[in-house]
Amino acid sequence: MMQTITCECGHSNPYGTSLCQACGKPLKQDVEVLSSMRYEGSARRSQTYKQTFVDKIWNFFSSVKVGVWLIVIILVAAAIGTIFPQETFIPPNVDPATHYESEYGTFGLIYYLLGFHNLYGSWWFILLLGMLGLSIIIASLDRGIPLYKALKTQRVTRHDQFMKNQRLFSKSNDVELDEIKYTLESLRYKVREEDGNLFAEKGRFSRWGAYVNHVGLIIFLTGAMLRFFPGMYVDDILWVREGEKASIPGTSTEDGQYYLENNDFILEMYDKEEKKFNSALSSVDGEVAKNYQSNVTLYKTKENHTIGAEPELVKVKNGEIRVNEPFKFDSFALYQTDFKLNEFYKMSFELEEKATGNKFGKLTVDLHDPKKEYDLGKGYKVKIEEYFPNFVLNDQNQPSTVNNLPDNPAFVFSMYSPKTPDGEKAFVGIQKNIDSGENQFKMSFAGIETKDLTALTVRKDHTLWIIALGGIIFMIGVTQGLYWNYRRIWIKQNAGEVWAAAHTNKNWYGLKKDVEFLSDKTNLTPLEEKETASK
Amino acid sequence: MAEISSTLLYSAFIIYLFSTLFFAMSISDKKGKDAVHTKKWGKIGFISSCVGFAAQLGYFITRWMASGHAPVSNLFEFTTFFGMMMVLAFIILYIIYRTNGLGVFAMPIAVLVIAYASMFPRDISPLIPALQSDWLKIHVTTAALGEGILAISFVSGLIYLIRTVDQTVSSKKTLWLEIILYSLIAVVGFIFVSVGFKGAGYETTFEMMDDNNQAVKVVYDMPAIAGPSNGEQLDDSFGSLFSTPSWMNGVDASVKLNTFIWSLLAGGILYGLLRLILRKRIAAALQTKVKMKPDLLDEISYRAVAIGFPIFTLGALIFAMIWAQQAWSRFWGWDPKEVWALITFLFYAAFLHLRLSRGWHGEKSAWLCVLGFWIITFNLIAVNLVLVGLHSYA
Repeated sequence: MMQTITCECGHSNPYGTSLCQACGKPLKQDVEVLSSMRYEGSARRSQTYKQTFVDKIWNFFSSVKVGVWLIVIILVAAAIGTIFPQETFIPPNVDPATHYESEYGTFGLIYYLLGFHNLYGSWWFILLLGMLGLSIIIASLDRGIPLYKALKTQRVTRHDQFMKNQRLFSKSNDVELDEIKYTLESLRYKVREEDGNLFAEKGRFSRWGAYVNHVGLIIFLTGAMLRFFPGMYVDDILWVREGEKASIPGTSTEDGQYYLENNDFILEMYDKEEKKFNSALSSVDGEVAKNYQSNVTLYKTKENHTIGAEPELVKVKNGEIRVNEPFKFDSFALYQTDFKLNEFYKMSFELEEKATGNKFGKLTVDLHDPKKEYDLGKGYKVKIEEYFPNFVLNDQNQPSTVNNLPDNPAFVFSMYSPKTPDGEKAFVGIQKNIDSGENQFKMSFAGIETKDLTALTVRKDHTLWIIALGGIIFMIGVTQGLYWNYRRIWIKQNAGEVWAAAHTNKNWYGLKKDVEFLSDKTNLTPLEEKETASK
Repeated sequence: MAEISSTLLYSAFIIYLFSTLFFAMSISDKKGKDAVHTKKWGKIGFISSCVGFAAQLGYFITRWMASGHAPVSNLFEFTTFFGMMMVLAFIILYIIYRTNGLGVFAMPIAVLVIAYASMFPRDISPLIPALQSDWLKIHVTTAALGEGILAISFVSGLIYLIRTVDQTVSSKKTLWLEIILYSLIAVVGFIFVSVGFKGAGYETTFEMMDDNNQAVKVVYDMPAIAGPSNGEQLDDSFGSLFSTPSWMNGVDASVKLNTFIWSLLAGGILYGLLRLILRKRIAAALQTKVKMKPDLLDEISYRAVAIGFPIFTLGALIFAMIWAQQAWSRFWGWDPKEVWALITFLFYAAFLHLRLSRGWHGEKSAWLCVLGFWIITFNLIAVNLVLVGLHSYA
């Protein structure tokens, strides 16, 4: 075991202690009492051991200076990340490599090349946060534990040198000790007595505030890291059309899979005539949204559901999802995130003879599930040769589709009739109807049906309670540390004189008011401030 | 109801001005002997700031009744509320420390904040779906209270610097102190030019191409020093001296830049006039009037941070995260406003560590308090008006 230092008062202190834990006597020659008071002159590992590699790492991270530097670097990095929008905030269909340069010029390009467009997810930013976390843990252990031991061991009677070197100190004669004790108790100090000496303390718990809030921060950071573990976190987006059911991603469990039906999507705007908001609404172009809402029904598959088979759904419950009012089930929540109004759903056409204008039947194409062939009877039929849900001419000037969303549907139809048994081809799209020019028949547009879509964020987050717990503990710690302070007053009988000394970890203004009150009410000489110690 | 509300705010504004005057009276005692004089005017100043606060509280309640939601939903309402919280924070700290000198600076800065707020559209606006939540009132009011208290630490730190920075020689410190005072004066300049040109009914219109190559009209209500990039003036008012650089985003960028330039110019003229009248640095002129003990000022500015920091954290980070989780499905998304709230938090965390563990008291601490207030105002103004993000609805 490491050697201990035994003080003249008889208390045995750990190696490295500078003020005796019990009586406060300086244990080394050059100890300055007041500046050592911050951590009670206790034996901090970082101040005692400085030899090995582990010591050096420990000492580096235990330093407040290092901690503050880490805070400042993180602060500056975070600020840099707000100069231009992060990658997550730029339009989804643009290439960041070109976007930053075209929008923000050379600075934008440099910003992108340095990786600042994804700053908060970069390895070095996460590393900085990790280092700050380590610094918080080590700095707290290095100070908190020895401080706890020192405050627990402190005695009523303190060494003369300890008393004399406090920032507030006085010597008096003819003092009623009971009166002092009574006055201190009236100020809500906890007073202990020993051999005619007094020790009054108030708010010791505030001394733990820093350590409590650091524990809270560590719990918070741990919670934030846990989301990278599988099963803790689901973040998905679900688009559902009105009147349709869709399986909810990420909600598959052993006892089934959830499905959601979108019964209705509602978009409400503020009424421009509404008197209350009249002047504000008339000053903006367009309308101001009042409500985005999806009325939904939740279903679940039966337990013995086999994947791939047509699911047999059991209704669980109905719900309304609005912004700020997510829909919750099990550990999942659905949030109203986006919507799309009037997406093309079904398109109708009629087969028409160009010369006469006679029509030979109508067909309706489900744009999400078009049939190959539509038989119109009496020898008339229409085949879909090709379908482009989101038509565009590609680089080679060939018709193609951007994606599967029917935003700009186009078809190549083959039209058959008793007159044209071999079929005639036509390319039909929105405001397009192209054929070879020799066709006898054409497809004429006969109407469109649309549907609204709602987009819901699917979220499961098992880390929330840990993060919340961390936040609560942080707030408790920071409040107890900053709204209270640890004040101590010592009264010592010393060869016919009475010595008084006082100390607080902060808010000297408050402590001075206390000791002024004390000397006003008793015969105690007012405590005087040592000039050198004030700064 | 809306009219009553406006009247109450206007009354509060005037009462605050008077309160400033009364506090100034209390420290104007030449010989420093007449404690009765100081006490009397200090008391009147304090009572009037309380009355002004009550009037503004009346504004807040009646506007709430008129609109049906907590009036903290746009830049006018929020900034006004921030000014009100500054007054509340001053009242709290006055009760603890009884310092009249603090009122001489805190009240006019609160007045400035409220006047600045009034330059934004004051219509009662409806709430977009994202704002329709009880957390609007909880999050925004708590955050504003925290910021108001932190603002008092700036006021106290500023007085500390005015009181202690050596004005016999010109140095970096005196320069920075003048810059701080000049930026406060530039806010006055902003209010003057805004009200002035609005009163004169000035307007000039440009046409420019927006991001989608659509022609849009850009209306200036001040003479255009900085025109829009690639804009064409449609009338023959004073033409622009230069074009706004194209990397500044959005159609209004040039209008904002132009207003900013006008504010700096007007501030410069006001500052110049003051220098001519005083014939010394503004801070040097103020130094002769301020007699508060530096130790006490240091204590107040620290105490304001100690009280304000937990409230700010609760309001601007914790309540914000709870609401963000509910409205946007994630408690944190690195939105610029969120990031700047975090930066504010980190800054004051660093401040507290430097102060409590490394003994940064006095002047260093005072400079930090000034810097902290700069961060708060940056988050209040620039993040909404300049940076793009989820909070830029105002």
